Amino acid sequence: MPADRSIESARGNPILAHASRVDRTLADATPVIDLRGLRFSWDRGATPVLAIESLRIDAGERVFLHGASGSGKSTLLALLAGVVVAQGGQVRVLGTDLADLGPATRDRFRADHTGIIFQMFNLVPYLSVLENVLLPCDFSPRRRARAEARGGSPRAEALRLLASLDLDGPRFLARQPAQLSVGQQQRVAAARALIGAPELVIADEPTSALDADRRDAFLDLLFRECARESTTLLFVSHDAALAARFDRRIAFADINATATRLAAA
Amino acid sequence: MIAALALRSLRHRRATAALTVLSIALSVFLLLAIERLREEAREGFAATVSGTDLIVGARTSGVHLLLATVFHAGEAGSGLRWSSYRALAGHPAVAWTVPLTLGDSHRGFRVVGTDRGFFEHYRYGRALALSIASGTIFAGPREAVLGAETARRLGYAPGSDLILAHGSGDDGFMPHADRPFRVSGILAPTGTPVDRTVLVGLEDIDALHAPERIAQTDDPLAAALMAAEPSAEASRTITAFLVGLRTRPSALSMQREVNTFPDEPLTAILPAATLQEVWALVGVAEQALRAVSIMAVVVGLAGMLVALLTGIAERRREMAILRSVGARPSQVFALVAGEAAALAMAGVIVGAVVLHVALPLARPWLASRIGLVVGGVWPSVLEWQLMALVFVAGSLVGILPAWRLYRHSVADGLSIRT
Repeated sequence: MPADRSIESARGNPILAHASRVDRTLADATPVIDLRGLRFSWDRGATPVLAIESLRIDAGERVFLHGASGSGKSTLLALLAGVVVAQGGQVRVLGTDLADLGPATRDRFRADHTGIIFQMFNLVPYLSVLENVLLPCDFSPRRRARAEARGGSPRAEALRLLASLDLDGPRFLARQPAQLSVGQQQRVAAARALIGAPELVIADEPTSALDADRRDAFLDLLFRECARESTTLLFVSHDAALAARFDRRIAFADINATATRLAAA
Repeated sequence: MIAALALRSLRHRRATAALTVLSIALSVFLLLAIERLREEAREGFAATVSGTDLIVGARTSGVHLLLATVFHAGEAGSGLRWSSYRALAGHPAVAWTVPLTLGDSHRGFRVVGTDRGFFEHYRYGRALALSIASGTIFAGPREAVLGAETARRLGYAPGSDLILAHGSGDDGFMPHADRPFRVSGILAPTGTPVDRTVLVGLEDIDALHAPERIAQTDDPLAAALMAAEPSAEASRTITAFLVGLRTRPSALSMQREVNTFPDEPLTAILPAATLQEVWALVGVAEQALRAVSIMAVVVGLAGMLVALLTGIAERRREMAILRSVGARPSQVFALVAGEAAALAMAGVIVGAVVLHVALPLARPWLASRIGLVVGGVWPSVLEWQLMALVFVAGSLVGILPAWRLYRHSVADGLSIRT
C-alpha cells in the first residue's frame, strides 16, 4: 500500500520526484553544516560569544553536541537556523552561505530545510496537535510538496508521523497543546520538525524535561524517523548519559575558542 | 495563512477578545448614536418652522421674537396693532398671513390665539403640514385644538372641557371658571413646540380678556368708555404674525419694509436665519457631546491596547515557535497587527449593527418624548467616515504591540532573550 502511494505520487508529480532525487544527491556531496572562522557577538563590538574555527557535519550524521548551559550552544543553533547572522566567518548550510541570503530568504531557507525542536513549550497554544504538525507546510511549499510526496497529502504524512511517534487516535489530533503531557508535546514537536523531510533537524535539549524512560523512548522514535530520510540530526544536550547513542560527540568547549579562553581566564 | 492564524489566536483568547470587541462596539455605538441624534436634533431644530418666510412682531431682537413665537419661550412682548397687521397682510407681495396671540397658558401649556389659516399654512420639518389626529379644527367660539403632548399629558380627548387662564404661570392668576372651552380636535405629533400648545381662535382670546375689564371696574365712566370702544377687532393687539410671500426672493426687501414700517416699530425675521443664530448658541453643547463620544472611542481603543500589550509577554514564546517554522518577522508583525485590526473591525460592525437595530425600536419613543424624528436606517456618509476612522485608529493602535513583538522576535531569535 505505501509502495503504491509513492509510485502514484511520483507519477503524479515527476518534477517533484526528480527534485527530491537532486536534493538527495546534493546533500550527499556537500556537508550539511560547514562552519569556518565563525565569530559572533550579540552586541556589536562586544567580545564574541562564539569563535569556531571549523565544524563540519555531513549528511545523515547524528551528532551529539554537549556543553554547559550558557556556553553559547543556543546561539550556535540560532546561527545555523539563520535567525541571526555571524559578524565574521562562514556559516554554510547545505552548501549555502547563509550570510549571502537576505533576511526573508534566510527565513524561507530555514522553513524549507530545517526542523527545530525546543527544550519545551514547542507548540502554538491555539492550534490543535495536527495543525501544529502541519505548520511548516504552511510556511514552506517545498516541505508541503515533500510531505505530499511521502504521505499522499500533508495531513496523511502528519498522521503517519504522529502514529510512528505513538501519538495515535483521532481524539488526540483535535486536542489543544495544553491538554498534552510534556512528553507528548515533545513528540508532537518532533513530528513537526520531521514533516516534509527537512535535511537538517536541530534539537535543543529536547529531552531535558522528560524522565529517563520517556527520554529513551523519545530518542528511539526520533532516530527511527531520521534514519528513514537519512536526516542529519544535531542534538544539543548537557545530559552526557545520552551521548553513547550518537554517531559522533562534540564537546562545545572543544570547538568554541571563546569558551576555552573564558574557561582559562 | 497569517489571517487564519490570527483568527485562531483570537478564538483561543475569545473571552478577552469578546470583551475588547464589546468595549469598542459600545464606544462606536455611542459615537454613532450621538452623531445621529446631534444631526437629527439640528435638522429638527432648523425645521421647527418651515414654509414661513417672515415672522413679524413688535420691535425686539430677532432671537427673542423667534423664541417667543416659535418656541413659546420668554415673554410674548408688547404686541402690534391689528391695523398694522391688516395693512401688511394686504401688501401685494404677501400670499398669506397667520396672526398669533400669546401670553395665556393652560396648566403649563401655552395658549396660542390664531385663526384657521394656522392649520393651512404652518409647516414644519420638510414642508410637513399639521394634521388632525382626532376631532376637527376649531370652527366656532370656545373651541380649542390641542397639541399632541398637551392632550396626552393632560388626558384630554375631543369633547373634553377645559378652563383657560390669563397669564403664563402654571396656575394662571385669573381663572375663568365660567368660560369653559371644548376640545374640538387634537393634532398629530410633530416633534415641534406646537405639540405643547392649546390653539384657540383670536376672538376667544379677545372675549377672554375684554369683558373682565368691564367687570373689574366700578367706575361707570370707565365702563362706558370701554363699552364704547369700537369693535373688539379694532382694539385688538396680536403678538406676532407669520408671513408667506408670493415669491421667496422678496423676503429680504419685505423684511426691510416691515422694519421701517411707519405706523409702529416692528421687527421681521427670516426664521431659518434666526434659527441658525439660536443653534449657534447651543453649538457648544453640541461640541461637548461630540467630545464625549470621541473620548468613549479613545477609552475603547485604550482597552484594546492594554489587552494587546499585556499579551505580549506570553506571546513571545509563540512568536519564537512561528519563527522556527519559517515565519518572517514581518509575518509576526502582520499577525499581531491583523488581530488588532480584526478586533477593531468586529467592534465597529457590532456597534453599528446594534445601533441600527436599536434605532427603529427607539424611534417612537424619541419622536413622542423628545420630539426627535430620527430617520434613515442606512448610515450616512459621515457615519461611514466615522466607522472607517475608528477602524483605522484601531488598526494603528495595533501597530504598537505588533512592533514590540516584531522587535522581540528579531532579537529573540529562537530562544527568549531578556
